[in-house]
Amino acid sequence: MIKNNRLSNEQYTANFSDIHPPFETKDAALVEANRCLFCYDAPCTKSCPTGIDVPKFIKQIATENTKGSAHTIFSSNIMGAGCSKVCPVEKLCEGACVYNLMEETPIHIAKLQRYATEIAMQKKWQLFQRKPSAGKKVAIVGAGPAGLSCAHVLSRNGIDVTIFEKESKGGGLMTYGIAAYKVTPGFCNDEVEYILGIGGIDVKYNMELGKDITLAQLKKEFDAVYLGIGVGVARQLDIPGEKLEGVVDAIKFIYEIRANGFSTVPVGDKVAVIGMGMTAIDAATQAKRLGAKEVTLVYRRTEAEKPCTDVELDIARLDGVEVIWLAAPQKIKGAGGKVKQLVCSVMQLGQPDASGRRSPVDTGETFTLDVDMVIKAAGQVPYEKLVGKLKIQNSKGKISINENCATNIKGVFAGGDAVNGGKEVVDAVQAGKDGAAAIMKFLKL
Amino acid sequence: MADISSNFLGIKSPNPFWLASAPPTDKKINVLRAFEAGWGGVVWKTLGSQVKNVSSRYSAVNFGAKKMMGFNNIELISDRPLDLNLKEIKESLKLFPDRAMVVSLMADNDKKSWHELIKKVEDTGAHGLELNFGCPHGMTERGMGAAVGQDPEIAKMVVEWVMEAATIPVITKLTPNVHSVVPTGKAVVEAGTNALSLINTIQSVTGINLDTLVPNPYVAGKSVFGGYCGPAVKPIALKMLTTIAQNPVTSKVPVSGIGGVSTWKDAVEFMLLGASNVQVCTAAMNHGFRIVEDMIEGMNNWMDEKGFKTLDDFIGKSVDKITHWEDLDINYHHIAHINQDKCIHCGLCYIACEDTSHQSINIEYGKPYNTYTIKEDECVGCNLCQLVCPVNGCITMEEHRVAPEYLNWIEFQKRGLPLNDH
Repeated sequence: MIKNNRLSNEQYTANFSDIHPPFETKDAALVEANRCLFCYDAPCTKSCPTGIDVPKFIKQIATENTKGSAHTIFSSNIMGAGCSKVCPVEKLCEGACVYNLMEETPIHIAKLQRYATEIAMQKKWQLFQRKPSAGKKVAIVGAGPAGLSCAHVLSRNGIDVTIFEKESKGGGLMTYGIAAYKVTPGFCNDEVEYILGIGGIDVKYNMELGKDITLAQLKKEFDAVYLGIGVGVARQLDIPGEKLEGVVDAIKFIYEIRANGFSTVPVGDKVAVIGMGMTAIDAATQAKRLGAKEVTLVYRRTEAEKPCTDVELDIARLDGVEVIWLAAPQKIKGAGGKVKQLVCSVMQLGQPDASGRRSPVDTGETFTLDVDMVIKAAGQVPYEKLVGKLKIQNSKGKISINENCATNIKGVFAGGDAVNGGKEVVDAVQAGKDGAAAIMKFLKL
Repeated sequence: MADISSNFLGIKSPNPFWLASAPPTDKKINVLRAFEAGWGGVVWKTLGSQVKNVSSRYSAVNFGAKKMMGFNNIELISDRPLDLNLKEIKESLKLFPDRAMVVSLMADNDKKSWHELIKKVEDTGAHGLELNFGCPHGMTERGMGAAVGQDPEIAKMVVEWVMEAATIPVITKLTPNVHSVVPTGKAVVEAGTNALSLINTIQSVTGINLDTLVPNPYVAGKSVFGGYCGPAVKPIALKMLTTIAQNPVTSKVPVSGIGGVSTWKDAVEFMLLGASNVQVCTAAMNHGFRIVEDMIEGMNNWMDEKGFKTLDDFIGKSVDKITHWEDLDINYHHIAHINQDKCIHCGLCYIACEDTSHQSINIEYGKPYNTYTIKEDECVGCNLCQLVCPVNGCITMEEHRVAPEYLNWIEFQKRGLPLNDH
């Protein structure tokens, strides 16, 4: 049965409390900061998509120059506070820490980054000053990580920015698409406000491209346009039964948890989650934490090919989520219009596909899971229709850009998930920086 | 098991670890706790002139996460009644007759005061006297402590007074607040002191509070120079000790080594450079008296491994290994080698060499890990890379002699070999 309000308020609070707690004290942060070797041309920095100078910011924590530390982080990544909570650091900075090669625990880089950035946000340190006005105006569509990052760089350089955001809050998938035990809605709000604190960035909420505003309008009123529109709904499974009541989109499911509150979101007794990416993990763990009795992750390849990290999978497993490898959904059976069973094909691994991973091949065998809810998390689909309508060159909805972040339309730039089809927040932040640099070049600044 | 019992001028102790004259040896309660913990002896905190201490007495230098790498104090000599100290010394001696009991003294600057004080202390049954010619704060302003130790003539005079009255061994403690400890050392040996001890603390400012702008330790908005000690001063103490051990006059008397001794290794180093025993203070103040347990075991195990049966087997063994620069072998050359299996690619060797040394490390960029190798032709063998490397045994210095024979600077010049040719 699918129903909401399964747990007490105390249970919800406990289940959705911060999964990566901060340092309890300054002393604890200093002990960890002093453990850092201060590497040269550091592997951690090289493994950060935004290239944060990690040894420098950690050294600055150690010398109690917290303001300098926060400045170092935000100079490279204006969402450094959020990224410290949501980055899969085990495959980025912390995964590259040289301590791993000594079989020692890597430096807790994310935790230290959170330490410095949280103090900066709490104290409302504005660490950047806008240059004098350059007399230029840029429109940005989407107040997600790419858009905010682009806006901040542009504003620093004296450009007036207007962001058009279709939701009522900024932050994009950071605000709407990540498990609540990683970042709270309150934090996301604070982070957006902190970024906007520099001034010169006007955000117009509830304004959707193609509905409330047109690209032609933006092109006319602004000197350049940056599209950071992200990606849309979850990929369709294209199997029978997909329209049954109880089949939901993981992004929508997570959005509701974040937008409406834990007790309002209905969840089944027995839930199957299709996919094995970060979003699948976030959906599965949160279904369990909302009170589902059984949650099963269903993935068509093996553990070796999974897109999520070991750390993420461990979170799900520790929550009691079951995992079935080499299983592809074949059909969803229902009764009275409601989900009753998920039938899966048993797969085996064949030849490597375009991703280099061995592709799953149907063995012809099937098995059936009794479920009352199916959450689809097999990737997200770009806004193919919208992009097509705007006459922007694209590949299956993913916007095509050149080395200068420019689309085929002059003065229109793009970046982030809308271009790459969906990556980490930190990748989108870098895309925003690249976009801003390209726009400044275009504006001859 | 090696025998680590010590005999310093006939003052016997089960091990060579004494507590230096300082706050840990100020009272019977501390001294008894120290003896129970296993310390071989104590030098009772200085008795003598009448004083009054201030509140706020210590400050420290931390290094990274390590606290109290250096430590300083502005405490004066004992501020307890003399009779109470004497009574407690006597009681402590009775309870632990097998431990060394030396009493530190700093009388007012006249012969009579010294003679009276010596008489009273000898009446306790103490085994020896240590003359405090080193205290660098407070007492110096009265012409005592380091003010005595800094002037060989005055030091000599005071030691002569002392030797007239003393019937038990006298150790003279030297101050490091001089260009060289040798002149005072020589003067007091010539005046008859039975032994030397060094170093006392070094005048210092450990730091400043960056909010109040008042240096440490804070005393009602002001500070004064304090006596610096702890691990940070060990290299200075070892150097001064070596000069005493190498001088023909001062090397005639036994030396008690002091200055940053924290572990058995430190103690062994002091003794290798000529100290017959060591005195400890800061390490005990940092961790308590229990540190002596490992000092005893560690020294014992090391002696067993090296085949030394008694302390005398190794005391002074490194003294002649410190030579003059012109006697060093110019034909000796070694070159760094990086073990690629152990390298963790931190780049610390590279940036140190590239920025501050001889640009002798090659970098091959990789993502995320760079590869570092030595340019053997450029390497001067300075050791910097090995010193900064966080992995033990990753960088080794390998011998590549320029020529097989020994060649020193004097001979080098005689032969007219090329200079400034690097």
